[in-house]
Formats: sequence, C-alpha cells, structure tokens
Amino acid sequence: MSDGAPLLSTRGLTKRFGGRAACRDVSFDLWPGEVLGIVGESGSGKTTLLNCLAGRLEPDEGSVTYETASMGTVDVHGLSEARRRLLARTEWGFVNQDARDGLRMGVSAGANIGERLMAIGGRHYGNIRRDASDWMTRVELDLGRLDDRPTTFSGGMRQRLQIARNLVSNPRLVFMDEPTGGLDVSVQARILDLLRGLVDRFHLSAVLVTHDLGVARLLTHRLMVMQGGTVVEHGLTDQVLDDPQHAYTQMLVASILPV
Amino acid sequence: MPDTHDTSSSDSAYNYAYLDEQTKRMIRRAILKAVAVPGYQVPFGGREMPLPYGWGTGGIQVTAAIIGRDDTLKVIDQGADDTTNAVSIRRFFAKVADVATTTRTEEATVIQTRHRVPETPLKEGQILVFQVPIPEPLRMLEPRETETRTLHALTEYGGMQVSLYESIARHGRISKAYNYPVLVNGRYMMSPSPIPKFDNPKLDNNAALQLYGAGREKRIYAVPPYTPVKSLDFDDHPFEIETWSECCALCGSKESFLDEMIVDDDGKRLFVCSDTDYCQERQQADKP
Repeated sequence: MSDGAPLLSTRGLTKRFGGRAACRDVSFDLWPGEVLGIVGESGSGKTTLLNCLAGRLEPDEGSVTYETASMGTVDVHGLSEARRRLLARTEWGFVNQDARDGLRMGVSAGANIGERLMAIGGRHYGNIRRDASDWMTRVELDLGRLDDRPTTFSGGMRQRLQIARNLVSNPRLVFMDEPTGGLDVSVQARILDLLRGLVDRFHLSAVLVTHDLGVARLLTHRLMVMQGGTVVEHGLTDQVLDDPQHAYTQMLVASILPV
Repeated sequence: MPDTHDTSSSDSAYNYAYLDEQTKRMIRRAILKAVAVPGYQVPFGGREMPLPYGWGTGGIQVTAAIIGRDDTLKVIDQGADDTTNAVSIRRFFAKVADVATTTRTEEATVIQTRHRVPETPLKEGQILVFQVPIPEPLRMLEPRETETRTLHALTEYGGMQVSLYESIARHGRISKAYNYPVLVNGRYMMSPSPIPKFDNPKLDNNAALQLYGAGREKRIYAVPPYTPVKSLDFDDHPFEIETWSECCALCGSKESFLDEMIVDDDGKRLFVCSDTDYCQERQQADKP
C-alpha cells in the first residue's frame, strides 16, 4: 500500500487540558489510500487526537507532519494560520458528527457544496452549480433538493451533504468524527456503503474516529484502540477485532451486542 | 494642548467643531491609518454626540475632525439637502464650526452623506464623508468579531461569494440592491454603507477622498482618491446597476437614481431624481 513517504505522520503527540492529559504520546503513520480507525470509549481522547491531527487544536508536545501535493512535507502546527486553513479547505476534509457543525444551515445545499470552490477562487456560477449537482448525485441526494436549505433535510441527508461539501475540492485526506453517530441503523448502513465507495473511487486516505466497532470493521484497514488517552492496541482491523490482545480491547469486542 | 482656533465668532461654549482637540487628533490618526490601508476598518474611541446612534454619529465625528473655517459643507440624506437629518447636521456645523454651507455639490469641499453619492462627478480636493450603520461586510455571515477579523487578515472572502450564489439560486439574479459588497484595491472587502448599488461604480477611481464613519461600532475606514473599487459578482452573472423605464418627472434625467413617489390616493405615481441638487441644476439649466 505504501508508495514512499507516509501521508500523515505523528510522533509523541500529547494534549493536556489543565493537568489532565486527553491524549498521551501517540505516534503513527498514515499511508496514502489507507483508512485508519480510532476506537475507544467515550472520553478516551479520540476526538482530541483527531482535532490535533487536523490542526484544530495545538498539541502540548509532539509533532504532526503532512506530505502535501505541492509543497512537500510540512509540519502542520508550524504552518502559518493562512497556509493551514488553505490546506484544510483544499487537500483535507473534515466530517463532523453533527452535520450542523459542518454545514452552513442558512444557505441552500448547492451553496454548501459550492462554498469550497468559491473559497479557492471559483467565480463562475454555472460551473459551481454543475459541480454541486454532480456531487449531489454522487452522494445519492435528490437533485430536486439542490436549492433547499439543509434545515429541511433529514439527519442522513445532512450527513451526505456534509460529505459532498468536503469532497468537492478533491481532498487527499479526510478526517471523520463519528460520521454515522446519531443516525438510525439502516441510514448508517447506506452512509457507510457510500463512504466505502467514495474512499475506493477517489483513492482517499482517512482517519476515522468511532465508538462503533462495526463501522470500524467495515471501513478501516488499520485500527488504533484508545483508553484513557493512550493507545493500548494497534494493528490491522481484522487482526485486532478477531484476536484482541489487550484486556481492554477484549472487553470492547466482547461488549458488541449479538443480534 | 492649547486650542489654536479662535472661537470668538462661533458658539464659545463649545470647542471649535464641538469635539475637544484631543479627540479630533485621535480621529485624525484613525483617518490617516484608514487612508494608508484602503478598506481596512480602523477602531477609534467614538464619542457621545448630540444626536442618537443611527442618525449619523460616525459621519459627524469624522466631519468634525477634518472640518476647518475655510471649508464649505454640504449634507445630504437619501440624496436630498432638505430632509430633517441633513438640515440639522448642516445647522449644527454652521453653529459649532462656523463654516459656510451649501447645497451645491460643486461648491462643497466636505460632503457628509447618508445613502447616496451625488450624481455630479466629484473633483480632486473634495471629501465625501459616509455615515455607516454596519461597517463589517461579513457580519451577516459571521457574527463573531474575532472571526471576521481573521477572515479579513487572511483574505478569506468565499463566504460573501456564497451569499451571492444563494441569491442567484433563489431569485435568478443577485438581488442585493444596497450596501452591495466591494473589494477595495484588490485587498479588503468593504461595506460601502447603505448606498444603492447604482452608486457603486462611482466609488471606483473617484477623484475625491471617501471617508466612512460608523459611530455605534466605532470604526473608520477610507477609500483614497483614484483607488480601484470592485463590486463582487460572478463571471456569468456580472454586476449590474438598477435601470428605470421612466425618466425624472421634473428634470427629465435618464441617468440619475430615481425615487418612486405616490402622489395621490388613486395610486398615481411618478419618478423623480433622488439627488435634489442635481435635479434643480438641470431644471434651471433648461430655463431660457
């Protein structure tokens, strides 16, 4: 899977809130085309880690480096804010658990998808609208809803819209924070299906935070298990889930409700 | 600091031009900075003025800071010289600053305005002072001041384009008719105050100095003479100004901004120039 350098790489990442470490000494490499899952219970530091990786939180120790498409390898937290924000809206995507945090609720679906295009200089209404329509279709949203506001969308539709809005700029790396949390099971399954297809088709790399081992099993290649801010187990997804080594992982796997 | 002005002829209960000299210096410093960085909003310590917020407290402070005895002042409100607000501000400065006042655009050296740019082209040496209610063009997109400042600092103006996109998607055209956002000198997004978009082209490369004062929000910004001011648009939906099928009922102008007036109870209506000075000049020129 590797071709040369890792896409995203972190060493000794630590973030404290007051005296409490939300994540401690996390190191890993993410290779191009790979989907890395981060699982663990609520409060184990998954989201904090994701925010540090995506440059949204400044870590107290450690580094995050990213292999850009044009500028070579950069230190994410050493970049100027302007460069980091540019990176975040061109080469990266960020899918929030609550679609309301990632969408502009006051403007239409088309405007939501087109926002990144306009932010990087798109000034042709017809082209922006065409790209927005393309992406509506790709995420299986009804084209007739292009001019409707996300406030009129269901939870699943909002999540699809958020995915489209992030992928419109052809990012190479997508951060996802519980993308299917809070959705009912049938909607979850279809969103997962969609995500799997998109990751495949556009050769995306992704860091996916979830507490749902089923989601992790379906989407991720590699899995990191976190407990109390530290990584307790790390390996290929199937290996970790089928043959858990750490006591906590064994407990986690054993807690999956049988149907 | 001693007051260098002779206050004998004006109302001596107040300092010359109402504000104290330290305040005027502070406002002048803000103006100089604003002129140096076209379109950038400079904070200043706004003072209480003897009129309510929203009536032109920002404009009146800017005018007070720049006016001198040799100046000739014109004040317009919605293009008219004879509305309450224009009359009171003009009288105020005639009293506290001892300046000559006029209604003629050509004769004025300082023009304080609300909602219009005069139709008569401005000349070098003239100063146009705008009264601004909401100086932040991005305010409706982003309520946090810290965030809007960051957006300005990083030139991230995609959000404004999104609002124009939304307008076309909903109405088939850019429906914003006043306070139409502009990019000044290719750098700062600026709110041109609630002038009709009809006046936006007049801001571009104007020979006069444009000063904008927002009293409630305590911001001053400026467009120096001959500075490019571009109205935002899309390549396939270019910026357009309003047009009328009628001409002015009084002076016959087809080029000026027209107000629609209802003249009786039967709904009879006519169009007249919003710029009263321009309209009167034309009417007088027509007389033999």
